[in-house]
Amino acid sequence: MSRSGIVAAPIDVAAITDEVRDPHTGAVSTFLGTVRDSSDSRTVTGLEYSTYTGMAEREMQAIVREAIAIAPGVRIVAVHRVGNLAVGEVCVMIAAAHGHRGPAFDACRYAIEEIKKRVPIWKREHYSDGSSEWVNACAPDAHAPRPKDAHA
Amino acid sequence: MRRTDERHVNVTVRVFASYADALGADRATVTVPDPATVGSVRAAIAALSPKLPPRPIIAVNEEYATDDVAISPGDEVAVIPPVAGG
Repeated sequence: MSRSGIVAAPIDVAAITDEVRDPHTGAVSTFLGTVRDSSDSRTVTGLEYSTYTGMAEREMQAIVREAIAIAPGVRIVAVHRVGNLAVGEVCVMIAAAHGHRGPAFDACRYAIEEIKKRVPIWKREHYSDGSSEWVNACAPDAHAPRPKDAHA
Repeated sequence: MRRTDERHVNVTVRVFASYADALGADRATVTVPDPATVGSVRAAIAALSPKLPPRPIIAVNEEYATDDVAISPGDEVAVIPPVAGG
């Protein structure tokens, strides 16, 4: 069963990897986004993610539906963590399982790229000198086309 | 959303992250011509602070919305800063 979510607790990578597997699975593609210790040569001590929860959950659900439309038969879980994260922690995870690796890779890649483009989540970097800044990454495009069969 | 006079309404919008810092609040109320549209709200929000872009992204009822979308009483309107998930 495919699902998505915005979570506050640490992401259990092994549990989510197992969740998408079943006897028909021949390939599991996973993506982990982790907190890096630097940004533009500044030392990062931690990240703070905030979100517009209801809209973020809706966008994540839409992205999972679209990934399934692109890779029929894929089972996919996509979760993003919010709150304060330390260097090295997992902030986002995608796991996509399929009988074959092609659709598993395709669904996984699609989901993470769309999450970065569209899901209303914001990140504030905290630096070693005690300062912090919001990271401006991607301006969502309200006119962007979506896969036509994604709402089936 | 509340009518202010015969030709205008107040629209309250949710504000997040860097935009909330810029405005010093997580909600803002703007007055726009009736009927309210995303386009008029977008312009009114942009005028609140020089730290906001001229055309901030707007969502209505948790979906990205284009300028022609009408805003009705009870709709949840939000201004969405550039996203940075992942």
